[in-house]
Amino acid sequence: MISKNIICPVCGASCDDIQVDYDGENITVKNACKMGNAKFHEIVSHHRIKEPQIKENGIFRKAQWDEALDRAAEILVNAKRPLLFMGSETSCEAMEVGLHIGEYLGALVDSNATECHGPTAMGIQEAGRVGSTAGQPKLRSSLTIYWGTNPLESMPRHMSRYSVFPRGYWTKRGRFDRKIITVDPRKSITADASDLHVQLKPNSDYELLSALLTLLHGKKPHPSVEEITGVSISTMEKMMEMMKNTNFGAIYVGLGLASSYGKHRNTEIALNLVKELNGYTKFVIGALRGHCNVAGFNQIASSLYGYPFGLDFSRGFPRYNPGEFTSVDVLRERDVDAVFVMSADLVSHFPATCAEYMLEIPMVCLDIAPCPTTLASDVVLPGVIDAMECDGTFYRLDDVPIYFQPFTKSPFEFTESNEDTMKQLFEKIKKLKPN
Amino acid sequence: MSEVVLKPKGIIDIMVEAEVINPDVFAGKTTSEIEQLIVWQGAKQLQLCDFFDVEGSAGSSATDAKIIVRGNVPRVKHIGHGIKAGEIVIEGSAGMHVGSEMIGGSILVKGDAGSWAGMEMKGGTLHITGNAGDHVGCAYRGSWRGMYGGRILIDGNARSQLGGGMSGGEIHVGGSVENFPGIRMNNGLIVVKGDAIRGVGAQMSGGTFVVSGKIKQLSPGFESIGTEKDPKIGETVLTGEFIKFTGDYALSKTPKGILYASKDANEEV
Ligand code: SF4
Repeated sequence: MISKNIICPVCGASCDDIQVDYDGENITVKNACKMGNAKFHEIVSHHRIKEPQIKENGIFRKAQWDEALDRAAEILVNAKRPLLFMGSETSCEAMEVGLHIGEYLGALVDSNATECHGPTAMGIQEAGRVGSTAGQPKLRSSLTIYWGTNPLESMPRHMSRYSVFPRGYWTKRGRFDRKIITVDPRKSITADASDLHVQLKPNSDYELLSALLTLLHGKKPHPSVEEITGVSISTMEKMMEMMKNTNFGAIYVGLGLASSYGKHRNTEIALNLVKELNGYTKFVIGALRGHCNVAGFNQIASSLYGYPFGLDFSRGFPRYNPGEFTSVDVLRERDVDAVFVMSADLVSHFPATCAEYMLEIPMVCLDIAPCPTTLASDVVLPGVIDAMECDGTFYRLDDVPIYFQPFTKSPFEFTESNEDTMKQLFEKIKKLKPN
Repeated sequence: MSEVVLKPKGIIDIMVEAEVINPDVFAGKTTSEIEQLIVWQGAKQLQLCDFFDVEGSAGSSATDAKIIVRGNVPRVKHIGHGIKAGEIVIEGSAGMHVGSEMIGGSILVKGDAGSWAGMEMKGGTLHITGNAGDHVGCAYRGSWRGMYGGRILIDGNARSQLGGGMSGGEIHVGGSVENFPGIRMNNGLIVVKGDAIRGVGAQMSGGTFVVSGKIKQLSPGFESIGTEKDPKIGETVLTGEFIKFTGDYALSKTPKGILYASKDANEEV
């Protein structure tokens, strides 16, 4: 059966024009990029986790659904300080239940921003952000700046859907009415496709941005900046002229800015630059979010509990302090004693000391396919694929909520969606530990 | 002066939050009342005596109460949080947030201190004889105003964001610092005897920052305005020849921050 207007559940672009032909065994996908296409094929993959599993004496065995859920609930209830990690490849609805469980248990709740654009969120708290939805630059932007990101490979349809190629009302000739600047230490394919590639030295973004602001304030930056950034002051001046003289500029920041040395300070000063550029022309800034719903956790956690990630409920009210309550830090410091992971492969992506500690403590994992995290877990709950097998909400890279509908059903009798699984788990937890 | 001695018992797994270790809280309490003070471990409320042997009792007022923590407590957070008067001596290393938001009194850490020591403090003295973590005397996340007054002395090194948003008071570091010390400072004094990596005084609008060692990456919004020999800043007299900068011009057109960097150590700058 052919289904149209399916949302792609892979990257932050949340493309909403995917066409799928699926008969239960074979799948044909149209309009998606390579990355999206691969994920849609997960639905027919033989890797799929099909039943709940419990580890006993180091070996997995098949388990009944209720038994696995009971065990998961026990692990969380018996811990002094559990960590719930709400991965980004699932719906806001499932994450919301996770946040409520965290509040109920006095646990820590975190999400992928902790290891990707968390510093961007922190920078926004420091400086505020001049932003826009993706439609604004699509129709108007005459200058696109990719800073520390390579969208042609990491978000393949960004240029064609949101930034460079679309023919907007004010950019009738598409690419010909727009300029691109890429700021990246590497000569990426995005850099090759740009009008200006500013090839700075790694970890010197702060100094480059600071020099641009100094220029904007009518001063020459200290000459040592050329040695520090590897960029000549004349190139900076050229860049500044392009920025000041455009009609509408949009900066897209990637992890090259947020997760190189300087972290939230890099973002903070980039946001300051954009604020001040608005004294000359219209300028906006936004992050290129990696996973499909990584923005979602930040949005719902902020709206429900006031903070975008790394929430600690141990004192009965939400607290926030990256470095103290964030996943990597609490695992490195051995400050949690059980972990629940949904839709994320922490063992592969966290530093080795954290991964080692996760092997020592009880862990529950909810995921669709085997990965090092499922192998390291004591209980594995099969996941339902959002946007294919159930409906829900993702937040797109520009923080716009996108409601998605499935083209097939959950393959399991015991759960309809990850949200359903989380709700069932919450009921078990409440039974084990009445309020 | 009446003394209360706290002896750590055994090993602590999940970190403990013990802002009750504070002369203001101890004042007027008997030994057993002190033992029963509530501390937090995860979401559990436990008693101080679950983690410490308590000896002695505090006097009637905080001003003449002294608390001695006899041993290392790197997994106990918030010791002396918001202290107004009296004295705390930690004979070992302290966990995060020691002396956070302190208003008066004194805290001596005879060892290392975790991150956020003296966060947004307003008065009193915090002396750390070892090394300190990140965000010492710094503003809390998202806040532009950090420490307002008081003194922080660190004999060893401090890590990043030291004195962020500083609005008054003094910080003296015997060793070196890392990234963004004095970021957004608008008043007060920071003196670093050793080296700094980058972002020294970044986005500062006022106050004075001194680095007697080398600055690896100078923030480009600083303008050199000559050299000065043995400059005097308030009570503090520095020895040697310093390059004097104003900045940070990345923040505004009229910043009033002053940065001194040793001339010998920063020849190429
Ligand atoms: S760009 Fe992203 S959302 Fe769009 S099809 Fe590719 S992976 Fe999916």
